[in-house]
Amino acid sequence: MRIGILGGGPAGLYFALLMKKADTRHHVRVIERNPPDATFGWGVVFSEETLGALRDADYETYAEITDTFAKWNAIDVRYRGQTIRSRGHAFSGIARKDLLRILQQRCRQLGVRLEFGREVADLGPFEDDDLVVAADGVNSLARRLHEPRFEPSLDLHTTKYAWFGADLAVDAFTFIFRDTEHGLFQVHAYPFDAHTSTFIVEAHESTWRRAGLDQMPEEESLRFCQDLFRPELGDHKLLSNRSIWFSFVTLRNRNWHHGKVVLLGDAAHTAHFTIGSGTKLAMEDAVSLATAFLRHPADLETALTWYELDRQPVVERFQEAARESATYFENVSRYGGLEPIQFAFNLLTRSGRIGHLELEKRDPRFVAAVDRWFARSAGTAARAGTAGGPPSAAAAGGPLLAPPPLFAPFSLGALELPNRVVLSPPSEDDAFDGLVGERHGAELAGGVAAGGGLVLTEAVAVSPEGRITPGTPGLYRDDQSVAWRRLVERARRAGGARLGVRLTHAGRRGATRPRRRGVDRPLREGGWPLLAPSPLPYLDGGQVPRELTERDLRVVLEAFAAAAGRAAEAGFDLVALDLAHGYLLGSFLSPLTNRREDGYGGSPEGRLRFPLEVVDAVRAAWPAERPLAVTLQADDCAPGGLGLDDAVAIAASLRAHGCDLVEVASGWTIPADRPDYRRFYLVPASDRVRNEAGVATIAGGNLTTADDVSTILAAGRADLCLLDPRLYAGVDQAR
Amino acid sequence: MEVGVGLPAGVPGAPGDLVLEWARRADSGPFSSLGVIDRVAYDNYDPFLSLAAAAALTSRLRLVTMVVIGPLRNQAMLAKQAASLDALSGGRLTLGVAIGARHEDYEVMGVDHRDRGRRFDAQLAYLRESFQDGGPVGPRPAQPDGPDLLVGGGTGRAFARMARYGDGYVHGGGPPRAFANAASRAWAAWTEAGRPGRPPLWGQAYYALGGDAEAERGAAYLRDYYAFTGPFAERIAAGDLTSPQMVKDLVRGYEEAGCDHLVLLPTVADIAQLERLAEVLD
Repeated sequence: MRIGILGGGPAGLYFALLMKKADTRHHVRVIERNPPDATFGWGVVFSEETLGALRDADYETYAEITDTFAKWNAIDVRYRGQTIRSRGHAFSGIARKDLLRILQQRCRQLGVRLEFGREVADLGPFEDDDLVVAADGVNSLARRLHEPRFEPSLDLHTTKYAWFGADLAVDAFTFIFRDTEHGLFQVHAYPFDAHTSTFIVEAHESTWRRAGLDQMPEEESLRFCQDLFRPELGDHKLLSNRSIWFSFVTLRNRNWHHGKVVLLGDAAHTAHFTIGSGTKLAMEDAVSLATAFLRHPADLETALTWYELDRQPVVERFQEAARESATYFENVSRYGGLEPIQFAFNLLTRSGRIGHLELEKRDPRFVAAVDRWFARSAGTAARAGTAGGPPSAAAAGGPLLAPPPLFAPFSLGALELPNRVVLSPPSEDDAFDGLVGERHGAELAGGVAAGGGLVLTEAVAVSPEGRITPGTPGLYRDDQSVAWRRLVERARRAGGARLGVRLTHAGRRGATRPRRRGVDRPLREGGWPLLAPSPLPYLDGGQVPRELTERDLRVVLEAFAAAAGRAAEAGFDLVALDLAHGYLLGSFLSPLTNRREDGYGGSPEGRLRFPLEVVDAVRAAWPAERPLAVTLQADDCAPGGLGLDDAVAIAASLRAHGCDLVEVASGWTIPADRPDYRRFYLVPASDRVRNEAGVATIAGGNLTTADDVSTILAAGRADLCLLDPRLYAGVDQAR
Repeated sequence: MEVGVGLPAGVPGAPGDLVLEWARRADSGPFSSLGVIDRVAYDNYDPFLSLAAAAALTSRLRLVTMVVIGPLRNQAMLAKQAASLDALSGGRLTLGVAIGARHEDYEVMGVDHRDRGRRFDAQLAYLRESFQDGGPVGPRPAQPDGPDLLVGGGTGRAFARMARYGDGYVHGGGPPRAFANAASRAWAAWTEAGRPGRPPLWGQAYYALGGDAEAERGAAYLRDYYAFTGPFAERIAAGDLTSPQMVKDLVRGYEEAGCDHLVLLPTVADIAQLERLAEVLD
């Protein structure tokens, strides 16, 4: 086979040598525009897993690479004057120029033709080749020539970074955070030989501009960074090698091959540098592509398809993790209220690849310290900036054993929750005339017995018109609160969980059939007139709700307050008001559903006005020592609808009006929304509300394991988590 | 997890008597269901007619569309066909529906594909009401409240639609990991919608058992069937299950991923394919 490779970086060289090694009859040629000793960037990081792949693929280069390695296993987070160290991570680094030298040497030894300093303008020089490998980087010429076939997409990130070296060898993967008058700067530093480290400086673009870095020549910006990180650098120097400021571009390609041309490494994909995996992915690509030709030597198309199938899922997972990581660093100033140990845990778990459990395997002492800190600060972390004491509990002679965060108690004002899991059994829509019965009692007691810290009822209507279905339970008559009281007493005997009631008014999503066979299906008979902020039907052709008059507003408000009073009599520990999912109060919040022109619509304040009046009325009717929660629409998932910025502002107002806890929700405001149900989908909203509005949160959103919960809690991204207990049902009976 | 088998009705050139013989034999095999696919601008049998024929020759198997492309069809006619099939089969129909990906099907039907999502929503609501309440379009389905409606698709919109109107989710195929990912989204959408219980999850995969010749025929069919996806067709063809071990691995993977019903669709129209699959599953 004649193989032409464009680009003499690690991916191109490694693929070249693997192919030549597999069959010396292959004619393999690498064309590189730079001279052999030119290289940009400093060190390259590998994980243990990658090294395994390199060892299996070519032991000679593996041995040489690992002989040259700087190895370390710690990650340091330097933040607010403290250094938090976490161990057990096993990294290796090598200077990029050494890596290239080793690979070039091996290529020459095997008989690969290397043509340096040769610029090509098209793929003409590869005309006679059977296979053309585009390993020519993020701006790949080959890719640009066949763009419609590869279908690339580019995403520009909002931080600026410069890739420096430093003439000191840090002894850990080091993150440094430095607050300045311009904003926050951060450093990602790691060693690559005995004397030198990669030292990447990153800042939000606005910070970078305020600091004047957009105007500075290269020399001056290097001095700026040198001065900024003097405390860490001491007398050591930052080194420049075309170290100018960039915005990172994430590149994806739908297809990685076209005819005989195949993309490799950065030409095919990039992943944000904050997870440090560009070279790793590129060299793994090379191994995969070489393996593809071992498996399918006779069939180019099948081999290239095999390569895509093998690599694309892996790369997509890395790109997803890299996206999470990049987002973290873009918004890291949000976490200024976190204690250093929680800040560090949050940073280590930012990409979603590593959770509480994995960190515990790597560094049990670190995680024990996190758990101790978490258990001690239980409840007090809800308000930003008032978090618990220093991380070294052991020094104080306190207990060394602490439960994982899921099992840490939580105090919400005077209310103590035994753990951090919220259970919320779904509705069967089987209340009769708003009255709960035997099944509801069993469900509530079952939730408590299942072991949660807080059990929330299904939605309970504050008025007959506020029911979702005819089977929605109510708290609008005294006999209903008597029935609830019996259920609450029964549930208390089942365990230590606290009990909350969800109060709702369905608004324009009311008068529907029981939800066993679908939601939002209008009642055929026995329906009732619907109320909404604006006379817009929920579904095309559905019932047009009546626009609430001033008088209606008073009636609804009093219904909420009266229901809260009955909830108190029934003995509930907590009331959760429903401001979400397109039900009545939620539809006041959203500009998609609130078109009012009086004081209850229009501006964000106008749309929030009635829900806040309800919060005030409920707060007044609900015992002061018992906490008030709100289920808040954080994202309408529709153009022109509520988004996370709105949610933060609304949550801050709710907090000021005596709301103690916010459960975030998304979607369902209008039928034509575009929600996203990926893993952890509500966590970003919870994170922002908690850390920007300073109110305790409940996060749900495709959480499936106890480890998910402990990870989110320890990272300070929520205070409580919704976990579906049905996920665990039946496991102990299996086999 | 239950495992079903597809009819060869989706493979071009499959003789009619093969489709019928396949159905007859499958009824006494280790399968729980018979599945069909739906295309219009393609050389395949009509899904409802295929299943109706199969209904007459079987007594036990669940009959499932994986999937019927809803917006291509007039909703009243779709409701009538589905209700009729359910009634004729003694309540054995499970109706999988989705939006389809091929514009040429819309073109030959003379149906605009641009607002198909909105029309699909309306259609699902209509099907549900028609099955449950009767109305002008009969007959009454044999299953009380009509056949289970499975909704497919991989977007957030599709999951929300499934949670709003569906009784379960039908996945479009892929490795177990992809299925598990979709399953967790389906469950999350279901929970966010306030639905009680949990959605049944249906999966599907292609197979061609025998030797290299069968593998090549299967791959050629998938390349042709998915030609509209461009280069992606190659990848789908590469996923064809061509050995007993691959079938077993996939079945185990789907079971672990929480699948309730898996349907294995043949890519070679040959009765030996049914026998080989039965051997692997036995």
